[in-house]
Amino acid sequence: MSLTLNLLVNGVALGALIFLIAIGLSLIFGLMGVLNFAHGAIFIWGAYIGWAVYGATGSFWLGALAGTAVGLVIGFLMERLFIRKFYDNHVGQILLTLGLMIVLIELLKIVFGPNILGFDKPESLQGVVTLLEDSFPVYRIFLIGVGLLVLLGTHFMLTKTKIGMIIRAGVQDPEMVQALGINVRRVFTGVFACGAALAAFGGVMSGPSFGSIHPELGMLNQLNAFIVIVIGGIGNHIGAALGALLVGILQTFMAYYVPDVALAVNVALMALVLILRPQGLFGARG
Amino acid sequence: MTTLLTVENLETYIGQFHILQGVNLTVREGRVTVILGRNGAGKTTTLRSIMGLTPPRSGQVVYQGQSLQGLAPHVIAKRGIGYVPEDQGVFAALTVEENLKLAMRTKDAATEDRLALSLDLFPDLKIAWKRKGGHLSGGQKQMLSIARAFLNDNRLLLIDEPSKGLAPIVVEKVMGAIQELKKRTTIVLVEQNFIMASGVGDDVFILDDGRTVYAGSMHDVRGDDALKKKFLGIGV
Repeated sequence: MSLTLNLLVNGVALGALIFLIAIGLSLIFGLMGVLNFAHGAIFIWGAYIGWAVYGATGSFWLGALAGTAVGLVIGFLMERLFIRKFYDNHVGQILLTLGLMIVLIELLKIVFGPNILGFDKPESLQGVVTLLEDSFPVYRIFLIGVGLLVLLGTHFMLTKTKIGMIIRAGVQDPEMVQALGINVRRVFTGVFACGAALAAFGGVMSGPSFGSIHPELGMLNQLNAFIVIVIGGIGNHIGAALGALLVGILQTFMAYYVPDVALAVNVALMALVLILRPQGLFGARG
Repeated sequence: MTTLLTVENLETYIGQFHILQGVNLTVREGRVTVILGRNGAGKTTTLRSIMGLTPPRSGQVVYQGQSLQGLAPHVIAKRGIGYVPEDQGVFAALTVEENLKLAMRTKDAATEDRLALSLDLFPDLKIAWKRKGGHLSGGQKQMLSIARAFLNDNRLLLIDEPSKGLAPIVVEKVMGAIQELKKRTTIVLVEQNFIMASGVGDDVFILDDGRTVYAGSMHDVRGDDALKKKFLGIGV
């Protein structure tokens, strides 16, 4: 019981991390039709900037803020300088974002080196909490809380604000949104930059969770995020959250019981969803 | 009577296809200008080119004395042109209320009046107020789309085939509303259904193979069986 519960909490915490990277990817893909292969590179840039600022100032929170801000700037520049020239060219988008991913990762290696760097938990989030006579790492519970807060914030933004209405409408028909007199391109830039910022924030949050960071970590998490948006349904934040939970829990249990096939099971799940329900488990049909 | 919109020698491509090959229109203020023509004549592309959604490669669109050339669709919309697309463009994930709120550019008393009038014209929308766009009937979607375009201070409405796929009784309701809106704004109506168009139209332009082949009054078209047979495929 204790082991199952522990694995479950670990799975939900991993799901929360994956959600942070998947939500931006999902909204960007849903709204703009851009599958951003450089999303994982922004995630890892966030982690490294967070690590550097945390190391220099001793404040994890300042590190998180700096990492997120750098993600926001990278996302903003990426959309303004490159992506917007390729909205009608899907092959071009794939080549462009793949290229940007390589450039960003190589730049990271030049700045920080290719080696693994240790990333400690902040003092306030160390230790364990006891719940139902079981002990759980505080940081895992914290991650679940962060994921939940981001989900609630995204939900509020999408359902209660005009920007949210524009995004939900734009996911379906950006052309019609424009025909109503709304500058949808500006919303695209905002969503792209915020999605990138969330990925970078997820990168900082992942550091203490994994205990270390390395340049390839972004790609691993990006793959999970792709699986999540296929399972959850494109442009659907609730679907992204449920998909991330499913992937996080499945991966944690498989990694414990049959570690060799942990990733393969999630990829197989994605393939199954694509065959049986291409709009995603939680996406609307058609 | 003032000319609100002129379209001169419009040429538009979709990919490599040369869809519009010389469309000319003159839209006079306060009237319903009907664009008729067979399937594939270029009627929808003409409206999309005016809105900037499928930008023309050459020719001119002049609205209220100013060229719309090179402007983005949202800028054209803000100049005062409302658009009701062929597929209605209702946002499935948004409620009726949200679809209308999203379209509302200002929240002044005049906009509130136009909203109230739209709901009087289409009481169905009041009943379905909290229903998602994706759960509306075809007729309700059409009503919502027209109300959304009328909501703002638009001097011109471009309405693309409002009768398409609707039951005759719903078509009557929609046409009744267009008659009412005609008193307040200028309308360009694309229609395949000649009987319906002839009930509301004042001026007529007929397109064939991407060109304007006829310009005249609805009164004249009604009486010209040869013209109707030649370009609209309507038997005498």
